[in-house]
Amino acid sequence: MNRTAPVTRGALDFRRLILPHLDGAYNLARYLTRDPVLSEDVVQDAVLRAFRAFGQFRGASPRAWLFSIVRNCCRTAQARGSAGLSLVISESSIGEENAKDLSRQPDPRPNPEEEASRQSDIAWVRCAIEAIPEPFREAVVLRDLEDLSYAEIAEATGAPIGTIMSRLSRGRAMLAKELLPPAAAAAGQSRSVK
Amino acid sequence: MPACIDQELLLGALIDGELDAANIAMVEAHVACCEGCREELERLHAIRNLLSADGVRHAAPDTLVNRIAALPELAPKAANENRLPAWLAPALGGAVAASLAMVTLLPVGASSVVDQELVSSHVRSLQPGHLTDVQTTNQHIVKPWFNGRIDFSPPVPELADQGFPLAGGRLDSINGKTVAAIVYHRRLHTVNLYVWPAEAASKRDFVRDGFAVREWTRNGLRFAAVSDIPPVELEQFETQFVRRAG
Repeated sequence: MNRTAPVTRGALDFRRLILPHLDGAYNLARYLTRDPVLSEDVVQDAVLRAFRAFGQFRGASPRAWLFSIVRNCCRTAQARGSAGLSLVISESSIGEENAKDLSRQPDPRPNPEEEASRQSDIAWVRCAIEAIPEPFREAVVLRDLEDLSYAEIAEATGAPIGTIMSRLSRGRAMLAKELLPPAAAAAGQSRSVK
Repeated sequence: MPACIDQELLLGALIDGELDAANIAMVEAHVACCEGCREELERLHAIRNLLSADGVRHAAPDTLVNRIAALPELAPKAANENRLPAWLAPALGGAVAASLAMVTLLPVGASSVVDQELVSSHVRSLQPGHLTDVQTTNQHIVKPWFNGRIDFSPPVPELADQGFPLAGGRLDSINGKTVAAIVYHRRLHTVNLYVWPAEAASKRDFVRDGFAVREWTRNGLRFAAVSDIPPVELEQFETQFVRRAG
């Protein structure tokens, strides 16, 4: 009985520590893959993987740990789904404008007709987030939607905190350009981004 | 006026609450005397407010929550329950799956589950941001959008002249199956038409929780229209849809 007790506790702890972050896991998958159906599969896969590896979990943040598994599952699923189509965008080698265009290719923006019929601000904000290229999008989603601390984002993504800060800054600058009135965003445009 | 490049990351860290007291004091002192950085800080707050609006964050859909709750590995176990040897667990999972499959094959049980899911899905779709994945009034955009996302091709006729303008489409999940949902409007109301491949079955119509539902089968596809419009208008929708879809 003593031998089996830790296993039982593991399952209970898992439900208590990990499952409350299901919404967050889905939200992350949804913005990374931009595909509602794929996201459900990815999250289910990630939860199973997390469960199997739960015994080895030693980190400070269960949520950051789950998210790191989710983002790996997203990568795997997308590589499987569109081998050859996926583009790895290196932050340093590509300008903001180009990066944005590239990221839009697989998921084109709605045409003006659709733009006009877009009903809610929420769809508009979601669309703007989906349009920014990946490392920046991920940082913004983890920080501004999931409310992770810089340390947790570092734990989830494996990137140094300085990198995360600059990704956040650039991601938010792209969103400002898209979402804020031109007058408010104008200053941001003239500023050169390192 | 642009923000100072050396302050950019610090401004972000300031609104994120990631600075220590000394740095907060330093950045705040700088912002107080630098117009560009003050504007940048306002932009950052504005963006933060937009992103924190309700509904921007996606919540896990019920289908996913149910799928995870149904994973045999995660089933809650009473502390005093005898645990099965590890090698038995997959067999047990199989047995659970088999018994579930039997349940879903029972016609009465299955249809009431599907009925409830159709209505729940319709209600969920009316929440902000849930209605359509592809939003357009153009049938030639909606129809190809489904290609590659599902392995059947639902008809998407234009019915605007009949008072049912096309609003868009999305993928949804009914009874664990991925289905096409085609969205039409009726005045200020929404009609969700769910389509999935199915054996021929008889037509049905009923009202559940105040929503009218009509189901029919055509060319190997099952159609289920759900809406809060009066049943007689939904019948009209079915008639026009079948006529146009051919």
